[in-house]
Amino acid sequence: MAKEQPLIHLNNIIKHFGSVVALNGVSMNIYPGEVMGLLGDNGAGKSTLIKVLSGVHRPTSGNMMISGDTVNFTTPRAAMDAGIATVHQDLGMIPLMSVTRNFFMGREPIKKWGPIKLFDHQYANWVTCDEMQRIGIDVRDPDQAVGTLSGGERQTVAIARAVHFGAKVLILDEPTSALGVAQTSMVLKYIDKVRKNGLAVIFITHNVRHAYAVGDRFTVLNRGTTLGTHTRSQISMDELQNLMAGGKELQALNEELQGTV
Amino acid sequence: MTDLSRSDERLLKASLITRILRRPELGALAGLVVITAFFAVFASDKMFQLSGIMNFLSPAAHLGILAIGAALLMIGGEFDLSVGSMVAFAGMIFAASITLISMPLWLAVLFTLAFAGLIGWINGMIVYRTGLPSFIVTLAFLFILRGLALVGLKAATRVQVAMDKAELSSEPLSTNQLIHAIFVENGGATQQRGLAEKIEPGFWSELFSGDALEGLFHWLAEAGYTATFKSGLPKVTGIPVEIIWFLLLSMLATLVLIKTPLGNWIFASGGDPEAARKSGVPVSQVKIGLFIFTACCAALVAMLTVLDAGSTDAARGKQKEFEAIIAAVIGGCMLTGGYGSAIGAFFGAIIFGMVAIGLTYTQIDQDWYLVFLGVMLLVAVTFNKYVRRYATGEK
Repeated sequence: MAKEQPLIHLNNIIKHFGSVVALNGVSMNIYPGEVMGLLGDNGAGKSTLIKVLSGVHRPTSGNMMISGDTVNFTTPRAAMDAGIATVHQDLGMIPLMSVTRNFFMGREPIKKWGPIKLFDHQYANWVTCDEMQRIGIDVRDPDQAVGTLSGGERQTVAIARAVHFGAKVLILDEPTSALGVAQTSMVLKYIDKVRKNGLAVIFITHNVRHAYAVGDRFTVLNRGTTLGTHTRSQISMDELQNLMAGGKELQALNEELQGTV
Repeated sequence: MTDLSRSDERLLKASLITRILRRPELGALAGLVVITAFFAVFASDKMFQLSGIMNFLSPAAHLGILAIGAALLMIGGEFDLSVGSMVAFAGMIFAASITLISMPLWLAVLFTLAFAGLIGWINGMIVYRTGLPSFIVTLAFLFILRGLALVGLKAATRVQVAMDKAELSSEPLSTNQLIHAIFVENGGATQQRGLAEKIEPGFWSELFSGDALEGLFHWLAEAGYTATFKSGLPKVTGIPVEIIWFLLLSMLATLVLIKTPLGNWIFASGGDPEAARKSGVPVSQVKIGLFIFTACCAALVAMLTVLDAGSTDAARGKQKEFEAIIAAVIGGCMLTGGYGSAIGAFFGAIIFGMVAIGLTYTQIDQDWYLVFLGVMLLVAVTFNKYVRRYATGEK
């Protein structure tokens, strides 16, 4: 896998906010068709790294390449146009609007009727239904409000929307943190599907179990630096957990609580 | 998987009841039915004769044009409390440009719309730049515009007097006299009359005053379908133009909301501006555009009433901002934005007109109107809330 060209190449990304060092030299490669689990405890720099990747923040130094070309995003829109889609925790979906209206929000298909441009609902509904079917959600009616969908369904619809509009790299910010078990497995299954279609997925989480379920490789962030990237075959779930929590303390706690952490 | 007929089949699975309950205007329609039934029982038969219907549709149309603007703006997540004052202010601009500046009607119409649009734009820009709630910004304009209408009309009537004097003495009005009339003199009236003689009949005056479809109504009366006076002339000579404007605007607003990308942007901008922006919706342009549209709706009402009465009055449009918002809310618009319909506001405005005028056809004291309004608002909001919760999974 490492022989082909990485979709995203980060080289020594540093980000300062005033005197606070949020990222202190992060480097990694992400390849098409893989899920990169980005792990780290609160304050490790995960959010800052996502914001750099999605064009919200500009790095203080370091460079970023997409498919071999150096890029310098100034706006989130620029990152989107380069094929980097971020699905945030709040999903960017509007509960009172229908699934179709959400799916095509800001990118409505047009049907011309003389000089008047109309929203092509028939086509939009059809595409939405089709996409939902692929995901395996039984959306009986694309006119139903997003608020009627379950949390997992909303998450998958948000991901499907990003994929439909040509994302090459998907950044998923804590997609499973608010979900129950069945909902989580539904989202994880979909992430697996997306990977098989050749997209690169950056899966941000602090839940090692979820990351390990679909991740190909794992990068652990701690205090703004990477503690290295590990292939799934090189590291066990426990080792990953320890790495993320900074090792010893958690191990001690684990023994104290008889292996339940 | 890409079979159209199959996905169409899936579309039909939502039950008819759910589909109906999901419509925001359901409450307003139900209310309209109840109120029609009420007046059918308690009001005299005259109310639902053609002339009676026109009687209550006409004020409903005036309010309705404002309510359509208010509804779109509310769906877009903002309020405009200045529309009532805008009716008086735009009326002054319109009257003054005809009487004092002697503009032809078509130019006066465009000028008034442009002026109102400019104020709508200012409203929108202040809301957008400062991030203040539109409630506060437009509340300020409620007072500013009402005050300007009063001050402006008094000045305009003083100038009119000075101009009439100059005409009598057959000397042109000097700039000094003009400035004196505007800034130094006191007094003046808050009403301006005498527009009727200044307006030439023609296409533009037909567009904004009088009745439409007169030929049809004449024919209907002659053929015996509608009531006539003893002289044989029809009792109803046509549909007042404001009703036509009201219908057209309601249809246009509904088309835009449901069938165009802009409609989707309006819903999105009101539902969650941040999410909409992230998806590439030009939220601030949409909102500012809606402020302009709302102000132009108020200007249209101002012109219709000025031409209808042949005069303008600084007290016109008082409390109409609240009635327009109430009509929109009865029509299913949510106060927090992102949900509602233009047809709902259409029904809401008709409910208003029916109750306001309908009470005169009954033995009931007309001042019950206000009580009725308040109760109607509460019932509608409560009803809408529960239906919406059922239909959309809103928490």
